[in-house]
Amino acid sequence: MNTNAIDRLKTLLESSSDDTNDAPVILTVHLGTCGIAAGAGKTLETVKTTLASGSVQPIELRSSSCAGLCSYEPMVSVSRNGERPMMYLDVTEDKVNDLFDCIRGVKTAEECHLQIITHDDPFYLKQQTVVFINRGLIDPESLDDALASGAYKGLASILDNMDPAEVITEITKSGLRGRGGGGFPAGVKWSSCVSAAERTEGIPVIVCNADEGDPGAYMDRSILESDPHSIIEGMAIGAYAIGAEEGYIYIRKEYPLAMEILENAIRQARDRNLLGKGLLGTDFSFDLVIHRGAGAFVCGESSALMVSMSGMPGEPRSKYIHTVEYGYKGRPTVLNNVETLANVPRIITRGSKWFASMGTGDVSENPWNGSSGTKVFSLVGDVKNAGLVEIPMGITLREIIYDIGGGIPGGKEFKAVQTGGPSGGVLPADKLDLPVDFDTLTDAGSMMGSGGMVVMDNETCMIQIAKYFVDFLKDESCGKCTPCREGLVALGTILDRIISGDGRQGDIELLEEYGQNMCETSLCALGQTAANPVLSTIEYFRDEYEEHIRDGKCGALKCKALIEYHINAENCTGCTICARNCPADAIRGNLKEPHVIDQEKCIRCGVCREVCNFNAVEVL
Amino acid sequence: MIDIKIVDVIIEKWNSDPDFVIEMMQDVQDEFRYIPKEALERISDRTDKPRGKLFHIATFYRAFSLEQRGEKEIQVCMGTACYVKGAPDVLAALERELGISSGETTPDGKFTLTEVRCLGCCGIAPVITIGNDVIADVKPSQVSNLISNYCKS
Repeated sequence: MNTNAIDRLKTLLESSSDDTNDAPVILTVHLGTCGIAAGAGKTLETVKTTLASGSVQPIELRSSSCAGLCSYEPMVSVSRNGERPMMYLDVTEDKVNDLFDCIRGVKTAEECHLQIITHDDPFYLKQQTVVFINRGLIDPESLDDALASGAYKGLASILDNMDPAEVITEITKSGLRGRGGGGFPAGVKWSSCVSAAERTEGIPVIVCNADEGDPGAYMDRSILESDPHSIIEGMAIGAYAIGAEEGYIYIRKEYPLAMEILENAIRQARDRNLLGKGLLGTDFSFDLVIHRGAGAFVCGESSALMVSMSGMPGEPRSKYIHTVEYGYKGRPTVLNNVETLANVPRIITRGSKWFASMGTGDVSENPWNGSSGTKVFSLVGDVKNAGLVEIPMGITLREIIYDIGGGIPGGKEFKAVQTGGPSGGVLPADKLDLPVDFDTLTDAGSMMGSGGMVVMDNETCMIQIAKYFVDFLKDESCGKCTPCREGLVALGTILDRIISGDGRQGDIELLEEYGQNMCETSLCALGQTAANPVLSTIEYFRDEYEEHIRDGKCGALKCKALIEYHINAENCTGCTICARNCPADAIRGNLKEPHVIDQEKCIRCGVCREVCNFNAVEVL
Repeated sequence: MIDIKIVDVIIEKWNSDPDFVIEMMQDVQDEFRYIPKEALERISDRTDKPRGKLFHIATFYRAFSLEQRGEKEIQVCMGTACYVKGAPDVLAALERELGISSGETTPDGKFTLTEVRCLGCCGIAPVITIGNDVIADVKPSQVSNLISNYCKS
């Protein structure tokens, strides 16, 4: 044992450029993809211009990644004298002057109509950050920031003090299970890869799955955008454990910012000998290559991902032999998800006991025996505080949606929550007290999946949701096996006629039968789970299906063939805004007199209802 | 006819490595807004990958198009959160405004309208992109103004 790597890392840390200017106020603009979309880039420019004018010095300006509360972007954090930051919400460029007035104490936030939250807000209070420990705090483009926050300490310590088998044992004992949705214990996967490599004399390789394809989920994007070095370090630790010298990251092209940040991080790591030959002066070499996805959902499946990485169409194969034995180019391959890998350095530095102490079950002897650690969810849809939340495994859906998410906006009621993406299902209100972990949600007919959590209010039609997922999967099915390819078309046809009011008696049973067949006979996990959204909506919302078929009614008032828009003459002031905005020219009426919708012409687009300022447009 | 030298530069950038044909094709798509036949043939010649395989790739992955797309691509995010928050109505409004269906290009070649699986901006749904700009919280009634602003610029 030597202390070479740890010493090298210390030297790197000491040589880091210290560009802090000890200003009493640090102002951080959060520049994740969501933030930029909401205008954070313009906010940053305006802040820079104001600072350059010299009137508000001394302030240190930093940029960082998303702070998690995406529905209130752009966000700006202000920290005084090293205290924990206050976060200003919705700071668009036109509010920057107000922001500076607040910072200088000229005005209060209330006077400027600026909303502030701190880490004591319920949104943050119930969260526990492990993966996201650095989010919104460090500059993801700066290796120095990452090093100062402890990056690569785990890697240096295993290089000096642990042999590969010990690393695998540590990860196994932590109970870390795959965060991409499969929930397979990472340590067990690594260990099988080592055995497969010994048996087949193949050269192992490690791959990071950053092809986050589930719609309504963006945990991995945010991890990559906020702390890219945690992924590089996690992969390097994994590579050391399984004896790999090559690593690949398969990232979807829909995430250009994440890709840019990751490429930059890899370059920086190479420059400082944290990747490449002889890492940190040891004899362990490891380097990374990025492969870009090209927009195919099925490429998140392990065997499809690996053929796609070889420049082929991403079609899965049957997996009598797992990819851990015969993976990328026939080599023993470990495929871990972004969030799984981001947990690895934390486990190494803080120990498996600490990690296992979070979450459910006793995983010290058997990682299958519970769900340890935390999980990141993208809490989105009809919820007040939409954003990314990291919670300890085992807290309930209710705590996530109501305590952290703040409940349903607009005075509406909760109807269902969709978890697990297209492979998952929907859960109704009476399942809200279920604890969230790998096993409980699967037992309830959904799954935790990769972490998408889409909340739906009472104006959401469950048949349309089922149809949405079927359409999604129909487009994304690779077409290789018949049950998935043809089954989805059949499900879609039946759902279509139910939505258009032509549903037949027996359609529900037919959906169930087709769905079951697909589960049992499809080739890959995507096909086997493709009917879940249909089956789970039937299980929990059978009444709604029956209402559509029997009564020709859509209780959520969403199915266009089953609804009509009417103008309530009592509320209508005759302002003409609806008639002017109607794309079908279906609204008639004189100024200051109640208007009427021509049902023959109406295309039920809902624009009149959206633009009406007097709540006069009703759906029946 | 396309300038084949541009394709050669792209192939060189990826060292003519057949493992990176998808990346090469993405760069070609970005450059020409579609995959021209000549480019496909050039990649095939330089990487020794059969043309049929490349054609399979070009039709398999959503990112590729064999017909030229418009100057600006308008993508409507159809992720679950966007869907729940009204993306289908936004798409319908765009179709009406542009006079084309999803997947088509306007006759003047300015816009191509497509649906995209999930842009990962679920916290600010519904989201569309026009060119490289991501636009948050879009309402059907805003679509007309949005398009005319882009026509002017």
